[in-house]
Amino acid sequence: MAELINMPKLGFDMQEGKLGEWVKAAGDSIGQGEIIAIIETDKASVEVPAFRGGVLLEILVQTGESVPIGAPIAVIGEAGETVDLVALGVGRVEAEAKVKAKAEVEAKAEAEGEEERGAVAEGGRLLASPVAARMAGELGIDLRKVQGTGPAGRVIKHDIETYLARQERAAKAAKAAPPSPPMPIPSYEPAGAGYQAIPLAGIRQTIGRRMVESKQQAPHFYITMEIDMAAAMALRSQLNALLPEDGKISVNDLIVKAAAVALKQFPNINASFAGDEIRIHEQINIGIAVARETGLVTTVIRDCDIKPLAQIAAEARELVGRARDGRMRPDDMVGGTFTISNLGMFGVDDFIAIINPPQAAILAVGAVQQAAVVRDGQLAVGTRMKATISADHRVTDGAEAARFMQAFQAALEQPLRLVL
Amino acid sequence: MARMSVREAISQALREEMYRDERVFIMGEEIGKWGGTYAVTRGFLDEFGEKRVRDTPIAESVIVGAAIGAAIAGLRPVAELMTINFAFLALDQIVNHAAKMHYMFNGQIKVPLVIRTVGGGGRQLGATHSQTPDVIFAHFPGLKVVAPGTPADAKGLLKAAIRDEDPVFFIEHATLYQAKGEVPDDEDFLVPIGVSDVKRAGGDVTIVSYSKMLQVALEAAEKLAGEGIQAEVVDLRTLRPLDIGPVIDSVKKTNRVVVVEEGWRSFGVGAEVASRVAELAFDYLDAPVRRVAQAEVPLPYNQRLEQLALPQTADVINAVKDVLYLK
Repeated sequence: MAELINMPKLGFDMQEGKLGEWVKAAGDSIGQGEIIAIIETDKASVEVPAFRGGVLLEILVQTGESVPIGAPIAVIGEAGETVDLVALGVGRVEAEAKVKAKAEVEAKAEAEGEEERGAVAEGGRLLASPVAARMAGELGIDLRKVQGTGPAGRVIKHDIETYLARQERAAKAAKAAPPSPPMPIPSYEPAGAGYQAIPLAGIRQTIGRRMVESKQQAPHFYITMEIDMAAAMALRSQLNALLPEDGKISVNDLIVKAAAVALKQFPNINASFAGDEIRIHEQINIGIAVARETGLVTTVIRDCDIKPLAQIAAEARELVGRARDGRMRPDDMVGGTFTISNLGMFGVDDFIAIINPPQAAILAVGAVQQAAVVRDGQLAVGTRMKATISADHRVTDGAEAARFMQAFQAALEQPLRLVL
Repeated sequence: MARMSVREAISQALREEMYRDERVFIMGEEIGKWGGTYAVTRGFLDEFGEKRVRDTPIAESVIVGAAIGAAIAGLRPVAELMTINFAFLALDQIVNHAAKMHYMFNGQIKVPLVIRTVGGGGRQLGATHSQTPDVIFAHFPGLKVVAPGTPADAKGLLKAAIRDEDPVFFIEHATLYQAKGEVPDDEDFLVPIGVSDVKRAGGDVTIVSYSKMLQVALEAAEKLAGEGIQAEVVDLRTLRPLDIGPVIDSVKKTNRVVVVEEGWRSFGVGAEVASRVAELAFDYLDAPVRRVAQAEVPLPYNQRLEQLALPQTADVINAVKDVLYLK
């Protein structure tokens, strides 16, 4: 009597199998237990033995085709027997329809993100024991993602614990695994055959990851302000005349101090975004972006609101020097609450920077330049600098950031504020 | 501490209280000359005399009614009803009078009465003499209902019942009289009425029980421990007022509850405990509360059928595995 051979379930989470190879052909005699085909799952190639002896009467699934588990792949029977697929209850058409339906379901599930596995009773109600439901609520677990092992697939406490343990293992594994750049890989080949391949060094990976994270997650907005730097530059000249050669104050030091003065007035900008809360930092620790051959780093000057300008200048010199020489200490890089990126030394008019997450904002500063300005209806030569803040809209809004920029501008345009 | 049976513990409690307070006296069918159907009061007639050890007619309503009168008048009667099955004959006296007089006379009357009686099946006494209708009595506000499961609790609770100002329905179990255990010697050893007790600690499942079924629950817990399952056994000891606190504390730890009672399942102790657990610890439950109870039939006389109808250790073990999803 002819019988169907079905796609076997070869793994706990196997949904479908791909026919890798027919070891036997239609018409071949087969002994019980003899290998008839090789099935490829997501994980491995597995040999399929015949559950009975006989003759392979017909092959229903061709090499390379995928069918769901349980779908018929061949018919086995006695020599000379006629195969009546309809009598066997299955036809190729039906099998094909199953594959198609399955593919659609999977495509949909993929589109929706993670696979939903929790038991859903009639009426769409999720089955979970009260304690499991409470734990899921407290731990922020989506019950639909937990495999329920109770009656009718009810999610029970044990399932939550198993899920947590698995998450923990996955997190550990992710930590232990060598860092791979989770950046989107360009799908094109660079034009031309010749190029030099440079392996992505650690620092470039970090920059890439953090910047992608920032741009993807933090809704940036930008406000540019032009600042009259004449008074600040004059003050700097006066101060530097009094200071030794190795203690001079840079334009950037003025900017750092001015930012600290403004941040003191607008603590919401001196903040970071932490998922379910905004953290307003008590300290004002300003990171300075330092360009290096190998890649950008940020070195942090702490308590900029408290420290006098001369001290900020001294620390900046030391920290930036260490960063450039590759002698940074771990402490130099952490604890920043706000970042300043200054490309003024390259003659840049203005630019916009990407927020250094989880900080709420970054300030991009251009060069101090002579500029044509209108003063009292007359064209005149002024000393100007443009600064652009990039701010995280989850933390602050345009008006607040604009007022911060006004305060920053005021601090530099009336620079005695910086030495008070 | 002394090792003794439940019978000896109850006897000792009665004797101590009769020596301590001369208002205490006992009355009931065949408790004097015969020494009690379960030999609890053997020797009492000689020891305390006819005035304080009174044989009564076979008339339960009279026994309880007279005891109520004595209690109101200032004595401390301990009335014995030979079995709980006969208490139905005195039901009007118990629930309409003993339980309600303090309330209906605006607190002017107190009824410091103890009704000792014996319930439970398992001795081939037939359907009418083998019942465990404890919950019927626990249903009525105004009555305290106590049902100890160990010798120490039997002694301490009976002494507390005799000293209590309210009517206490004290249910002994026919098959527990031989059960032995350590009992404190202290003449003022009391077990407070209305306080549940954790008899065995464990973290995997809570088994709630009382009276004879406490012993079944403890036996099940012992066997489960052999399989690596740690059951916490909570002994209710008092059905009214019910102290659910230790049960709730336990459920919060274990998330699973099995209630074991000898009476019928419907409207029983398990139903009450399950309901309170749902009210007070719903968010801690990992499985529906399971009830292990007597098959809902009049208890058979046939020995095997009788045992089949009564909850057994294996039934408790199965229920525990059920709530642990181990089946």
